[in-house]
Amino acid sequence: MLKVENIEVVYDEVILVLRGLSLEVAEGKVVALLGSNGAGKSTTLKAISGLLPSEDGEITDGEISFRDRPITGSDAAEIVRRGISQVLEGRRVFEHLTTDENLRAGGHTRDGNLAAGLEQVYDYFPALADRKTQTAGYLSGGEQQMLAIGRALMTEPQLMTLDEPSLGLAPRLVTEIFEIVRRLNQELGTTILIVEQNARLALEIADYAYIMENGRIVLDGDARELASNPDVQEFYLGVTESGGRRSYRDVKHYRRRKRWL
Amino acid sequence: MEQFIQLTVNGLADGAILTLAALGFVLIYKASGVINFAQGFFLAVGAYVLWTAIVEVGLHWTLGVLVALAVGALLGISVERLLLRPLVGQPIIAVIMVTIGLAQILEASIDLIWGTEPRTFPDFIPSGAVEVLGARITEGRLWALGLTALALIAFGLFFTRSRQGIAMRAVADDQQAAMVMGISVRRTYAIAWALAGVSAVVGGMLVANLTGVSQSVAGFGLLVFPVVILGGLDSVPGAVVGGAIIGLLTSYTGGYIGGGLQTVIPYIALVAILMVRPYGLFGQVRIERV
Repeated sequence: MLKVENIEVVYDEVILVLRGLSLEVAEGKVVALLGSNGAGKSTTLKAISGLLPSEDGEITDGEISFRDRPITGSDAAEIVRRGISQVLEGRRVFEHLTTDENLRAGGHTRDGNLAAGLEQVYDYFPALADRKTQTAGYLSGGEQQMLAIGRALMTEPQLMTLDEPSLGLAPRLVTEIFEIVRRLNQELGTTILIVEQNARLALEIADYAYIMENGRIVLDGDARELASNPDVQEFYLGVTESGGRRSYRDVKHYRRRKRWL
Repeated sequence: MEQFIQLTVNGLADGAILTLAALGFVLIYKASGVINFAQGFFLAVGAYVLWTAIVEVGLHWTLGVLVALAVGALLGISVERLLLRPLVGQPIIAVIMVTIGLAQILEASIDLIWGTEPRTFPDFIPSGAVEVLGARITEGRLWALGLTALALIAFGLFFTRSRQGIAMRAVADDQQAAMVMGISVRRTYAIAWALAGVSAVVGGMLVANLTGVSQSVAGFGLLVFPVVILGGLDSVPGAVVGGAIIGLLTSYTGGYIGGGLQTVIPYIALVAILMVRPYGLFGQVRIERV
């Protein structure tokens, strides 16, 4: 469905952020993109959504295609019309608009009446239904994240990309939000590409996962297989080989030596 | 007492025109963060185009107004497309300087095209007067009040009900988030500038009806600064209250004190409000969740 082939992204014409990154998202699946801070996960999503020009970034090489049609360098609004919507990192609700207006803004590209779409969102997020006329900036963090996902849902996406939906939320809320993402995938057939720091949760709901380091993919595979991979366990899931604790010094030493590429 | 009512009504009517002129300014600031120093000259261009269409070309006034509105919208769109779009991402000071330059260009163009001689505004707005509580109010001023009220209702509905209006507010709030909703930021800017042009033409028409067609229309238009600083750069209700306050202040000062103080008092108010509430009476205070 989505194919990213060997893309190279440069910021400010000098900073090379993605170096030949390739990944593929199959229709109807949940795919996770994992990696440490600064690996280039968010940049990957922005490249897909066409947001790079607004941050002085540029795809200098490679190609992105959606349903076998190239979208490399397309206008962000055009990409949304094609069926890709992103839930930005840090929620980013329209603070001075009400909940309802936020969702209506999400329905910008929809034809005709928004009522059915609104009803669907309020169905998935009953908490938002009680806050329809409230200014979004004053919602709680969890409600804002729900609103951000609901807003993306309003664009009727075939592929929804989520950038760290767990950021800054209480564990119980995180589980709730992941559960809803899973339901969107199963009930509406929305394909999901999710970027997460919380690797354990992401691997739980994902079918397939990619692991990034320094602007390229270093490891990929079936989510369940990856979860049992000893390297992944050590670096992302915090499980050590023996199951016991290790000296911090050993870990550092090991890390310095160990690279996938 | 009669004088008081007279001054109040005149002040409110002038304030209404100011509000109308300020609306265009607020729209642009809200949508794109650009401060348009040429807004006053937009009013003047509107007045001159109206004069040309109705007096020179001899169009019926309804047609003339429509033509002028179209020219206003076109002026706004072309300014955005030709001058500001290439500046996207440049420091805000560059953009501000461009609008100051634009003001000079418009001023000079008006002199070039129409000369410096003041013209009489075509009298399609009834010039009678009605008596309210013993005060005489010209119909021109009533028109100003009515048209502004109408424009405000229209803008209010546009921003809360229409898809494009909500999209504009969304862009004002968070551009990237608006982009991932499929909202075209460029189109939103273009619409904001077009609407600013349209509201400037209506404002220019009302001013010219009171003062005649000359560069002084632009001078009146410059009063939008005290209005928007007072009301808050990004607030529509602020433009209304700011317009009324500045209008009344000028009117009362002119009537009771006089001596030219009325031309200065709006700017004194501007300085005062900047010291007390720099974001204006209704300006957007950043929402911060704690």
